[in-house]
Amino acid sequence: MDAILNWFNQVGQSYYDAFITEHRYMFYLEGLRNTLLISFLALLIGAFLGILVAVIRFSTANIKGLHWIKSLCNLYVTIIRGTPVLLQLLIIYNLIFTARNTNEIIVAGICFGINSGAYVAEIVRAGIESIDKGQYEAGRSLGLNGNQTMFTIIMPQAIKNILPALGNEFIVLIKETSVASIIAITDLSKAAQFIGSRTYDVLPPLIIAAACYLIMVIGFTKLLHFIEGRMDQGDRN
Amino acid sequence: MIETKNLKKQFGSHVVLSDISETIEKGEKVVVIGPSGSGKSTFLRCLNLLEVPDGGEIWFEGKNILDSKNNINVLRRKMGMVFQQFNLFPHKTVKENITLAPIKLGVMNKAEAEAKAMELLKRVGLPEKADSYPKQLSGGQKQRIAIARALAMNPDVMLFDEPTSALDPEMVGEVLELMKELAADGMTMVVVTHEMGFAKEVGTRVLFMDQGRIMEQNTPEEFFNNPTNPRLKEFLSKVL
Repeated sequence: MDAILNWFNQVGQSYYDAFITEHRYMFYLEGLRNTLLISFLALLIGAFLGILVAVIRFSTANIKGLHWIKSLCNLYVTIIRGTPVLLQLLIIYNLIFTARNTNEIIVAGICFGINSGAYVAEIVRAGIESIDKGQYEAGRSLGLNGNQTMFTIIMPQAIKNILPALGNEFIVLIKETSVASIIAITDLSKAAQFIGSRTYDVLPPLIIAAACYLIMVIGFTKLLHFIEGRMDQGDRN
Repeated sequence: MIETKNLKKQFGSHVVLSDISETIEKGEKVVVIGPSGSGKSTFLRCLNLLEVPDGGEIWFEGKNILDSKNNINVLRRKMGMVFQQFNLFPHKTVKENITLAPIKLGVMNKAEAEAKAMELLKRVGLPEKADSYPKQLSGGQKQRIAIARALAMNPDVMLFDEPTSALDPEMVGEVLELMKELAADGMTMVVVTHEMGFAKEVGTRVLFMDQGRIMEQNTPEEFFNNPTNPRLKEFLSKVL
């Protein structure tokens, strides 16, 4: 009995050391803040780039003389999807942002955004293709131009169809930002490793950090379900 | 009103339209019939450039619509189109379906467009469906809303692409009835259909298409009573 109590005490103490002692929770909070900042920036850039690339690929498909734009988009998607995000981050950090006072968080946000954009582009493309061609024709036959049809008729329906896939991509993105510590950013994962090196007990901080990611992703999933519910209006029978 | 000159269209090596020259006058109700794959839908879809022809000219109200100087988006406002599969916008209510184009294109303000929508909904007999979504409607109701949506832009001509082919038999009547009313009001209409009764009753001219050509055309009485083209005789003997 004593042994069990003793064990609980020890575990409690180690988590106390990993979280409370010397205000260590401040490290997690700073890491969490950076992780959220990078994720948020990357999510915005990724969504913007992805939709842009998908729409460009769709609308220049049949226009002669604009093929090179489509090829450029294809090249972007191919390169980004074909190389590891860790290398992309290092290359962008060392190659493009070499100034001394570079803000690493913005670099990471841009890099993960560019990375995510390629995947979002593919998801959005699938979404656009899932909408019946007749919807496009109906819009055009009423006198709307291609872009008006795309953004008032096709996109709202496509976004609804791809929301689960898009949510999945953004969940992956949130967790992928843990790679950011490679360019000297104290994100959530790095904060946990740092505390582990201070307490000589690596496991508790890692588990605390994992729990933080889990809570973020669960919250994000709930938000997505809420949005999906709101968008279901037209489907009610 | 609409004139095509030597209209050509082919998909790969398959010739869908070969040298179609045809004139449709204001107020005419032209009914196009023919077997599947005869090119009649492609012909209709060329008239508002949903299908881009490979050769020839199309003139609408004195303008060559294939000339890139003429903005096709503006010309299309005057050509309403009704599709076999309705193509209502599922994420919009019935009223929004009708008001979307007039508002988006700045032809009417919101209040005008909504007043027009309600007037059209009364005309097609569905004023109570204004706030419903397309999924809540029957096929016949959907097609009547699609007709109202096309009418909202005050078109000069209405193009119908097999408007009753996707409907349950008992719903065909309500759509044809509406089309008859439209015809009686003087609308210029081009109708691709398999409804021979409609062709006889409403058409001012009937065209028979086969293998990408207009094989025969005449007034409905002559067309159905004294067909001369052997392919048309064979076709009529099967469908009548």
